[in-house]
Amino acid sequence: MGKTITIQPITRIEGHARVAIELDDAGDVSDARFHVMALRGFEKFCEGRPVEEMPRIVNRICGICPWNHHLASVKAADAVFGVEPPPTAVKLRRLAQHLAWIPDKLLHFYFLAAPDFVLGPDADPSVRNVIGIAKEAPELAKKVVHYRYRGAMLLERWLGKVIHPVAAVVGGFSRPLLEKERQEFLAETREQFEFAKFSIVHARTAIFPKYLETAKTLGVIDTGFIGTVTDDGTHDIYDGKIRLMRPDGTFDDFGYDEYTDHIGEHIEPWSYAKMPFAKKWADGEFSMDLDHPVGIYRSNALSRINVCDRISTPEAQKELELFREQFGCPTQLTLLYHWARLIELVNNCERAIELLEDPDITDRDIRTPVEVKAGEGVGCVEAPRGTLIHHYAGDAEGLITKANLIVGTTHNQAPINMSIKQAASGLIKGGVYDQGILNTVEMAIRAYDP
Amino acid sequence: MAVTVASEWLNACSGCEISILNIGDAILDLIPEKLELVHIPALVDSKYFGPTGDGDRLTLPQATVGLVSGGVRNAEHEEVLEELRDKVDILVALGTCATDGGIPAQANMFANEDVLEKVFKSCPTHDAIEAPKDVVPAYSDKVKAIDEVVKVDTSIPGCPPHPDWIADALLALLDGKTEWALPERSVCDTCPVIREEKSGGGPIKRALENAEYDPDEPIEKMRCIMEQGYLCLGAVTRAGCAGKEGVPRCISARCSCRGCFGPIRKGAKPLVDMMGAMSSVGLEARSVVDRRAMLNRFVGAHGNLRPLPPRRK
Repeated sequence: MGKTITIQPITRIEGHARVAIELDDAGDVSDARFHVMALRGFEKFCEGRPVEEMPRIVNRICGICPWNHHLASVKAADAVFGVEPPPTAVKLRRLAQHLAWIPDKLLHFYFLAAPDFVLGPDADPSVRNVIGIAKEAPELAKKVVHYRYRGAMLLERWLGKVIHPVAAVVGGFSRPLLEKERQEFLAETREQFEFAKFSIVHARTAIFPKYLETAKTLGVIDTGFIGTVTDDGTHDIYDGKIRLMRPDGTFDDFGYDEYTDHIGEHIEPWSYAKMPFAKKWADGEFSMDLDHPVGIYRSNALSRINVCDRISTPEAQKELELFREQFGCPTQLTLLYHWARLIELVNNCERAIELLEDPDITDRDIRTPVEVKAGEGVGCVEAPRGTLIHHYAGDAEGLITKANLIVGTTHNQAPINMSIKQAASGLIKGGVYDQGILNTVEMAIRAYDP
Repeated sequence: MAVTVASEWLNACSGCEISILNIGDAILDLIPEKLELVHIPALVDSKYFGPTGDGDRLTLPQATVGLVSGGVRNAEHEEVLEELRDKVDILVALGTCATDGGIPAQANMFANEDVLEKVFKSCPTHDAIEAPKDVVPAYSDKVKAIDEVVKVDTSIPGCPPHPDWIADALLALLDGKTEWALPERSVCDTCPVIREEKSGGGPIKRALENAEYDPDEPIEKMRCIMEQGYLCLGAVTRAGCAGKEGVPRCISARCSCRGCFGPIRKGAKPLVDMMGAMSSVGLEARSVVDRRAMLNRFVGAHGNLRPLPPRRK
């Protein structure tokens, strides 16, 4: 007789999810599902709200990546009102975007993911966490807590709120960067850069080599990828065009407002999360069959590292070349998300330093006057977890009539389902499993940092 | 002996949990020597049905303190909240979603069916489809603050709460206190801007341009944003967003307050009080665009927001 194994809640991720693994009569895996258990309904309750208020409302979608929602939203609001922010405001938004990514990357790698790698997938679950790491490596833990905190507090000192920010406003930015702040932040960000370089070297020399065999199998599936690139194909997290790459490496590039031509959403009756897919690849077909997936693509760090032609900053580009030498491009190895995340950590520090080295960033022309009018617009940025798509329409009073939101991790819903099925099928045979095996299935989820 | 803490998030975004981490370097003095985290899904692998999922009912470990972020939106949230209440001595509502509904309680302006209908039947990226019903928990009748479901001992409001207050409340509980509360003061009471108790009058301006200020001058030299004619909810919002000292956080970004710390005292009605505050400086209070949602942005639980009749065209 078959049975269902329930893992609930999925831990060391953000939000509410459970995994159900179905075993057949022989105790082998016949199916596995990732159930997203909550739905807040932002698309509905944003209706009727003033367009200019949206960046202060939808940042609450995520407390880990509120800046990214804030910025995608303000770009959509600019598009609805047809307003172009001054160049300095764009620089300030971009600076906030890069600065916000730094603590996010440290949080995921060290606090959420590392316990599996440092303490082991089958370690005692009561110590397999960041507190366990603090006991194992107290000096490193102190540094991690410190740098994540400093990174967050830098934004708080500059713009009041690091969680659920307010400073990106339709038409521009609410306050400039002062010269004194520019110098202070530059010095601090250079320190962050040193720690970022330490982190990636430490991970690729002392941590990842032990898991390369596991990485060849755990959660590996065959999919396409999504990410933002500039016109010449350079990795970019603030602005550009969306690149949707097929599993064979060919791709389509498109503008934000063309997203509905390329992306559809599939809905299953057993999860509140929708499953975006590439609707042009097979005439709107969708399948999560592990042997013959159709329309499935992934987002987040590995995806962006796969779709870009290059990275604009020297240290991160060097890391990208090392990575591609070893794994090729595109690579499908799911655990490499962690490695890709650290390449982006290095890039974010370098991009923030570049912006802070630009003396014009302290210019005072930071907001274009805005007139309320009816309109429609799409705003996108990359969140750490993937391409954010905020699509709003507003009426003549500047109130929202329609909102459609595709958020970072949503892109990964179908891939996560496939990866857990793939992982569970390989790990559970004849009905034999233990907490270490179930946690290893969860590792396939954590790679996506949902 | 460390005090045990069990933490859960309900209809939440995880911002409150990140705010706990934003206690910063000092958190290593608290955990694990003084506080032992026995359950916190964000950080620790503790499962409702045991490590291999064999349990037959949702079970949380016993703890002295329970921390809950997020309000209640569905049957699973209710079950988790009731189980946590049973297992802890002191239950703390962490953040404005838990204390007053928060942003997700804006959904209380709509019937549940309308929310699900919009999300699953009228988005441009897919055809209309029935809302998911298998395994996923059904919606509660509305979005609730947690004190609408269980008894709450202590509230730490804020979206998110400031880490100073989280640490302060936890240390008070460590000392054996069973209650802790923020002082009943308004954001305006802690705001250093220049106030003249009057404005230029007229309708309330929307946030379409920056307030007037000289960026090279400290905030003490800026005129009150409400007196400049913009909506600012400081007068009806509990103080504390900047922690134990400092300028209210949104004001320090030269933006106005939207009320994320909730009402100054339990049961106060920000909508009513704010209308009075605007009128008192000569502004046309009724001109606030999207007034009901705007003045109840963070406090949609406790019956403050209910479904509206359809908007007249």
